[in-house]
Amino acid sequence: MSTATTHDAHNEEHPSGLMRWVTTTNHKDIGTLYLLFALMMFIVGGAMAMIIRAELFEPGLQFVEPQFFNSMTTMHALVMIFGAVMPAFVGLANWLIPMMIGAPDMALPRMNNWSFWILPFAFAILLSTLFMEGGAPAGGWTMYPPLVLQTGNAFPFLIFSVHLMGISSIMGAINVIVTIVNMRAPGMTMMKMPLFVWTWLITAYLLIATMPVLAGAVTMLLTDRFFDTSFFNAAGGGDPVMFQHIFWFFGHPEVYILILPAFGIVSQIVPTFARKPLFGYSSMVYATASIAFLSFIVWAHHMFTVGMPLTGELFFMYATMLIAVPTGVKVFNWVSTMWRGAMTFETPMLFALGFVVMFTIGGFSGLMLAMAPVDFQYHDTYFVVAHFHYVLVTGAVFAIMGASYYWMPKWTGHMYDERLGKLHFWLSTISVNVLFFPQHFLGLAGMPRRIPDYSVQFAGFNEISSIGGFAFGLTQLLYVYIVFKTIKGGAKATDQVWEGAHGLEWTLPSPPPYHSFSTAPEVK
Amino acid sequence: MSEAHGGYYVPHGTHWPIVGSIGLTTLLVGLANFLNGSSVGTTMMVVGLGIVFFMMFGWFGQVIRESESGTYNDQVDKSFRWGMGWFIFSEVMFFAAFFGALFYARIFSVPWLGGADVETNELLWNGWEAMWPTNGPGDVGGEFESMAAWGIPAINTLLLLSSGVTVTFAHWALKKNSRGPLVMWLLATVVLGFSFLALQIFEYTHAYHEMNLTLGSGIYGSTFFMLTGFHGFHVTIGAIMLTVIMLRCAKGHFTPDHHFGFEGVAWYWHFVDVVWLGLFIFVYIL
Ligand code: HEM
Ligand SMILES: [Cu+2]
Repeated sequence: MSTATTHDAHNEEHPSGLMRWVTTTNHKDIGTLYLLFALMMFIVGGAMAMIIRAELFEPGLQFVEPQFFNSMTTMHALVMIFGAVMPAFVGLANWLIPMMIGAPDMALPRMNNWSFWILPFAFAILLSTLFMEGGAPAGGWTMYPPLVLQTGNAFPFLIFSVHLMGISSIMGAINVIVTIVNMRAPGMTMMKMPLFVWTWLITAYLLIATMPVLAGAVTMLLTDRFFDTSFFNAAGGGDPVMFQHIFWFFGHPEVYILILPAFGIVSQIVPTFARKPLFGYSSMVYATASIAFLSFIVWAHHMFTVGMPLTGELFFMYATMLIAVPTGVKVFNWVSTMWRGAMTFETPMLFALGFVVMFTIGGFSGLMLAMAPVDFQYHDTYFVVAHFHYVLVTGAVFAIMGASYYWMPKWTGHMYDERLGKLHFWLSTISVNVLFFPQHFLGLAGMPRRIPDYSVQFAGFNEISSIGGFAFGLTQLLYVYIVFKTIKGGAKATDQVWEGAHGLEWTLPSPPPYHSFSTAPEVK
Repeated sequence: MSEAHGGYYVPHGTHWPIVGSIGLTTLLVGLANFLNGSSVGTTMMVVGLGIVFFMMFGWFGQVIRESESGTYNDQVDKSFRWGMGWFIFSEVMFFAAFFGALFYARIFSVPWLGGADVETNELLWNGWEAMWPTNGPGDVGGEFESMAAWGIPAINTLLLLSSGVTVTFAHWALKKNSRGPLVMWLLATVVLGFSFLALQIFEYTHAYHEMNLTLGSGIYGSTFFMLTGFHGFHVTIGAIMLTVIMLRCAKGHFTPDHHFGFEGVAWYWHFVDVVWLGLFIFVYIL
């Protein structure tokens, strides 16, 4: 491994003010941009969710047109997945990976700037569709034809914004991989890397392998609509179901893109507050790799009801269940790490524990859905909605929030307000369960997803769910307040911040210098 | 530009990415407007494309100047190599989506429409028999002729395969620092690349005018033109990149042991070559 040192280039651009952020090539600046962008999109997507829950508070049509309601479910998903969760993870990768492996910066700093600065444009395009003739896309985030082909003027804008998000993700992922393989400090062997780095390495691989497939799928939609192709048109020999196969070949690995970095975060936080090294480090690495591999051969579990040969149903059912094995390994390892540890329960640890418990609930509902004959009943009901919100909100989003509490003192040099942090955790945890747990029952009783009105028998649980939703939404305003308060000031953080924290990032001052490691540290 | 002290080069600030984003967005918003039938579309597209080209000249120009002034050490070089490798992998996956569509149509959707394994055919398309090539039971786009493998496509295969050989000769020449042969072999590669494109344009014109084979000829036309079209687009980019590399070689850029720019483009060219082999087998022959 060659030594990475920086030198300062003198005659280059050093603008200040806004242009500093626009032109920056620094991994910390870019990480900050990503995280703030994600927070903004989290609020935008959250506002859409509030509209959805308001409309579903009672049976009957209350506030919005059905078409607009469908736009809200579609846009909420796109904004949250591509605008909030993914950019938040990339922001964390930018901030942390160079510090964790002892590098001066990301390997390809200019491209790093571009990965970020495509995103605001992509989302400006996507959100502008709200004001277009025919309304924003309303066919669901999965963009199934032929329905999505009926989108109004928004259609090509939807496709191109997805293309731009894809370009951004691919460049970001290439940067992560190159940084990890080429920028590690001497002695930082692969099997010494922190798990967050490992999970991101594998996530980046998934991104590069699947985002182009999504790009291909939406390109086919575009040509079917505007250039007379027949990919998804049975009269021409194509098949609308073909879109679903191509989409979910991307889509399932995508859901692991949304959770693997979260696994990494939890694997950093739990050992720190249990004051014990992570139990089964290498099995964590292998489990992550197996999940990534398996994620490519389970896609059709999203399509059990669509019509597939019996062998297909069986294959995808068993393959999906197999994923529970490496996932279980991870959960057991986290629990074993805590076993007989000297645990304390600061906010990051609370979020990590919340993650372990509630992500597991989502995993179990996933297993229920994985049974093809059972899924015939559950598919496209609120049970699926409950499933993916447990893995995505109490999973991915909780991990991101935990990460922000865990590393914010390092980034800003200030401790956050512990009392408020705990309050944020408890309010979130209670409200999120009020919000999503009843949706399991709604789904089992047959309430379909993506419908603005429902039969009166579902009224009670929907009311509870909406109340939970508003409470969860309000609670996140508290989070925004805590974040900005911490950025502006607070108790001075020490370098190590947490008594039990280990790893290179904790050897740097808080806040760390502009170039993390100008001279590579020696790792023993 | 800036002096390197044998360390990893970390540039400070760049405005090219934001220029690129503005260009790309203008281009795509223009295209979307054009597709929606709005009159501002074309102008926006031209402006956007102009900005994108401006960005590429500026950004690549800066990188070339830095490279020639010795800013990049071996570790930076390695980053570029890994980056290019993974970029090509992402391109492979993009083509995989379209190959997937082709295989799906041939193995599943067309036979099903013809009644294999499912009975719906009797209700929906009774009497229609599955075959390949096809424009589907709806005879979408009208009767057409399919493209034979052993005419122009076979010649194009030879052209691309030999261009893969000539670019390797150019590489050997560069490693021996024999500049004359280097430029000559690169010129040969570029000529072969552009001849490929010329023949493909001829093939397309023939298809549209004499064979009634168009993008609208059902699933055969869709897969045929999208696969060969995206491939042709990549050949165009590759040939332009090779031209730039050739001009740089003629100007004396690169050294026998420091020439990532050359190799990156050569890799890209080989990738385009391999995709073509896949196309030749699965689109034309089978
Ligand atoms: C033990 C692991 C998991 C299993 C067995 C599993 C299984 C499934 C199945 C079978 C479905 C399809 C349900 C239907 O539409 O009828 C589904 C949907 C979904 N899952 Fe999971 N899942 C697992 C973990 C995850 C994780 C970790 C995530 C994301 C972080 C996730 C996100 C989703 C999403 C977003 C959908 C719905 C997609 C849509 O139709 O809009 N799942 N899951
Ligand atoms: Cu899935």
